Amino acid sequence: MFENYPILSLITFIPLAGAFLLIFMTRVSNADAQEQLSKNAPRVALVISSAVFFLALMLTFDFDSSKSGFQFVETTKWLGGGIDFRLGVDGISILFVLLTTFLTPLCILASERSVKSRMLEFMVAFLILETLMIGTFVALDLILFYLFFEAVLIPMFIIIGVWGGKNRVYASYKFFLYTLLGSVLMLAAIMWIYSFSMVNLGDATTNIEVLINELRIPKETQKWLWLAFFASFAVKMPMWPVHTWLPDAHVEAPTAGSVILAGVLLKLGGYGFLRFSLTLFPNASLEFAPLIFWMSVIAIIYTSLIAYRQNDIKKLIAYSSVAHMGFVTMGIFTFNTQGLQGGIYQMLSHGIISGALFFCVGVIYDRMHTREISFYGGLVKRMPVYAAFFMLFTMANVGLPGTSGFVGEILTMIGAYQVSPWIALGAAMGMIFSAVYALHLYREVIFGEQINPNLDSIKDMNTRELIILTPLALLTILFGIYPSLITDITAVSVENLINNFNAAILLTGN
Amino acid sequence: MLYHIIIFAPLIGALIAGLAGTKFGRNIINEKLCMLLTTSFLFTSAILSWVSLVKVGINHEAVDIRVLRWMDVGSLKADWAFKIDTLTAVMLVVVNSVSALVHLYSWGYMSDDDYKPRFFSYLSLFTFFMLMLVTSNNFIQLFFGWEGVGLASYLLIGYYFKKDTANAASIKAFVTNRVGDVGLALGVMTVFLVFGSVNFDIVFSSILENSDRKLSFLSFELDALELIAALLFIGAMGKSAQFILHVWLPDAMEGPTPVSALIHAATMVTAGVFLICRASAIYDAAPITSGFITAIGAFTAFFAASVALVQNDIKRVIAYSTCSQLGYMFFAAGVGAYNAAMFHLFTHAFFKALLFLCAGSVIHAMHHEQDMRKMGGIWKKVPVTYIAMIIGTLAITGIGIPGTKIGFAGFFSKDAIIEAAYSAGAIGASDSATFAFWIGIVAALMTAFYSWRLIFMTFNGNYRGDQEIYAHAHESPLNMLVPLGLLSLGAVMAGVLFYSKFIGNYGDFWNGSLIINNPDHHVKIASENLYAAVEISALNGIEDNKHSGLFGWLFNLVHGYPFWVLLMPLLVSISGFSLAYLMYMRGEGASKHIRNIEDNGGSPLYNFLLNKWYIDEIYEMTIVKWVKKIGDIFWKIGDQKIIDGFGPDGISSAISRISKRLSKLHTGYLYHYAFVMLLGVALIIILVFRTVGS
Repeated sequence: MFENYPILSLITFIPLAGAFLLIFMTRVSNADAQEQLSKNAPRVALVISSAVFFLALMLTFDFDSSKSGFQFVETTKWLGGGIDFRLGVDGISILFVLLTTFLTPLCILASERSVKSRMLEFMVAFLILETLMIGTFVALDLILFYLFFEAVLIPMFIIIGVWGGKNRVYASYKFFLYTLLGSVLMLAAIMWIYSFSMVNLGDATTNIEVLINELRIPKETQKWLWLAFFASFAVKMPMWPVHTWLPDAHVEAPTAGSVILAGVLLKLGGYGFLRFSLTLFPNASLEFAPLIFWMSVIAIIYTSLIAYRQNDIKKLIAYSSVAHMGFVTMGIFTFNTQGLQGGIYQMLSHGIISGALFFCVGVIYDRMHTREISFYGGLVKRMPVYAAFFMLFTMANVGLPGTSGFVGEILTMIGAYQVSPWIALGAAMGMIFSAVYALHLYREVIFGEQINPNLDSIKDMNTRELIILTPLALLTILFGIYPSLITDITAVSVENLINNFNAAILLTGN
Repeated sequence: MLYHIIIFAPLIGALIAGLAGTKFGRNIINEKLCMLLTTSFLFTSAILSWVSLVKVGINHEAVDIRVLRWMDVGSLKADWAFKIDTLTAVMLVVVNSVSALVHLYSWGYMSDDDYKPRFFSYLSLFTFFMLMLVTSNNFIQLFFGWEGVGLASYLLIGYYFKKDTANAASIKAFVTNRVGDVGLALGVMTVFLVFGSVNFDIVFSSILENSDRKLSFLSFELDALELIAALLFIGAMGKSAQFILHVWLPDAMEGPTPVSALIHAATMVTAGVFLICRASAIYDAAPITSGFITAIGAFTAFFAASVALVQNDIKRVIAYSTCSQLGYMFFAAGVGAYNAAMFHLFTHAFFKALLFLCAGSVIHAMHHEQDMRKMGGIWKKVPVTYIAMIIGTLAITGIGIPGTKIGFAGFFSKDAIIEAAYSAGAIGASDSATFAFWIGIVAALMTAFYSWRLIFMTFNGNYRGDQEIYAHAHESPLNMLVPLGLLSLGAVMAGVLFYSKFIGNYGDFWNGSLIINNPDHHVKIASENLYAAVEISALNGIEDNKHSGLFGWLFNLVHGYPFWVLLMPLLVSISGFSLAYLMYMRGEGASKHIRNIEDNGGSPLYNFLLNKWYIDEIYEMTIVKWVKKIGDIFWKIGDQKIIDGFGPDGISSAISRISKRLSKLHTGYLYHYAFVMLLGVALIIILVFRTVGS
């Protein structure tokens, strides 16, 4: 259907065009009209992002999941010297595009009420953010990927720094410091790869497809490059012990920022591991796998226990995100079908569930302007519908079978078990602790006697909130009972990835 | 279609009722209609379940129905599917019958509750999950049902959400069960690793090929089947409240009494027993783990019964009694008498649900008083409940005439277990079997004592509570008494009617749903050796009714063993009754004991038992406390002091120290520099690439 159209460029750049449109309109309009415009900006942004989601959905229907390579590939001359503007999707990246375009309209819808100032600028930042996120997933050129991957942080800084809470400056600088280190190292590695490609392939290129399929990097060098990429991806995941920026960023970010942060940005690291670490540095990946396993298991147990001790709802969920990302890294580095599929599944599922949980926090934060757990209690009486939604997402977070959270967890654990029962056992401990902190949170906020008189007038969810949470709830259950919707799309690409990995290992003899 | 209706009717009922709980739904479906719908759906399911038992158990029409694709990742394939064999059909009957009656009973019991649709929705939802558990044809769907019933249990224990104790109990139940679930999940993973499949039929049919497989697990070289058996059993211990993971069950009594009857007595807590019977092919090939199960089961039977001796809360007595009876089922399964375990599960469901619902009727009559010290002599007020409770007690204490087929339900099933343990021990098939046999006898004595103590303290003697409450006490309405009547019927008849099906004619009724195929296993040895024993006892004229076939030994056994073995359970049961009678009916009875303990504080042994062997306290002081402490250490020291201290905070303070010296450059926030740096870096890259490229 889309063979002759630059569909990926459209999906990627329509939000950016929308952002420019909004800026352009403020420039040409007078003061009265500007106020009007500021009011209408969310609607404009909503229409644009919904259109993008629709296009991404069509793209997914048109995607042929029986093929292993990249599809809808576009190539345009860009910097020259083998550095081209190349876009394309495979069975792995297409789902992240879908996730991104799905969450963005919901975030915009949620922001219409929760953002109190500079509405238009917020929408501009958000649309630019969307372009950059999609760009990261569809880029087929290493330099292009790097640009998108790093640039994503800029609107995110701004969203936290401008529309954030009291400690927003501390949070955004912490966020920056962590990512800076990784970025610089990764950049150096990319430059090395670029120059090596000339030696190895006879023609310098940053074409990801070519690099993945043809570049053979010596084992010793792989280690250094792997570590350089790892520095960047580990921070983004975030993996223990470079996770401490996340709770602060979440706490300070506005609701929509938290949702995108947890829903999409945390997946960039995992996507990077899948796309680059496993393919470009297979030997190093194999060698460092035990390191990843232990960091993952520590992340799962350590952050789950910390989550249990939090007084701030958002911090609790943020820490639980780190734990859930531990399952992802654990799954990816098993190099087997269940582990990899599970890792991808866990990322997508976490995107939905944690996004939904942050929306849930937003619902009560908008009403009471506090995230203190002890402030709440007994909400079920005044907000029964909210309580039901929150229960569903809590259970999904705990990984209850029948929700999408279970599929990701069990698949990654099955994958890990084949490699080492110790790792699976460690991860399984997370099953217990997740129940501890999640039910603790639910009990303190939703159950119990309502003591705080401030809650007397609290209202149950309104239509807007229902519109946001209902699709998330339906998807949580749908993906829980029919995961083939996702695994069928990823299957061939993952098989291909594993085959290439094994072939590379076989070729070089471990 | 039949099975689709049986399984999905409760789900549909749950969804309708759930919707009826919302503001929007209330306009369409009112409370009454919602109760009527869920209850009638359940009765439909229950009636059809009995039909299916006839179809599968007698006509042998076992079926496997695939409903929907579920997980299909690489070689891991698990569908949503129903495997209906005799084992499943028995469970269908148990679950749906009790659930239907509990639904009906709740009309009366919950009549002044504000959130009825929510309650009925949870009840039906629980039933659905339980049905998914018992009909699964693979380990993953079983896990779905397994955790699903855990969720429903959590929701229902915490049903009175304003009560702190209820909330604490619900979380305790969920988390303790999760500990077991980790074992189960690891067991399922091991199954997949060893067999390359999680499908029951595939796994159970390739046991023999894998009987010598070794597996490296946590640096140990283990027998693969033993490992699987042990891990699955950890799951069973959690769900079925076996010793060390039992702590949640007594606290679960915070839930409404109908819930206790359905979930925490008749159905959910027996899921562990079901799991072991379902995986009998694996346990059959795992004698070491089976021995362990026997020991744990027996010990739990003893431990829980000992605690039940002194409890004052009417529901807690029955809760510990449940725990203890589950112990019986486990040691039956442990010695290989899976059919006896299932039989006790079946009869226990009826009489234990009956006991709980009777207790509920008492509590209802007494305005939510549960303390037996404040009861006494109320039988005149609630005569029907009194009679029903006596029937339940006669059933649980196993009253019947040895050597004949006359007796209450528990007489057949419990004696079958005790005798199976005796024979397994007598021929030396299992080391822990003899231990289990004697424990079984002792626990039976205690069972009789605490059961009759409960009756005497509650219904007989003098009333000891508030006169106001006594004046208003009243017999329960008909919708509560009808379930009592039907369950009483079950408690009287379940043994007599089904004994020959469950225990005798083994192969015929079970028709391959309980699998034993390891020629070296103790059960087979038992069967061979016991033929001789049976011959002898047949000569002695005790029983000439011999059954052949692999499992004939069990049937023969029960009727073909030293007469004192047959007599023992009845003797101790009568002794227990007499002891309780002497202590609580003679003279001042219960009042004297209560006053005695109030004055003297009770003996150390009494307090040890009253405080449940202090196991909760031990857990509180060790695990719970340490989890909190470690969480704080990780957070405040690990994250804040070490990671942040040496990481971003350390760097930033270093930077600010440097930048103070370079104060001219210190214009603002760090991220202002960031952009400049990023831009600069980007420029450099482009230049570098340009030169490399050209």
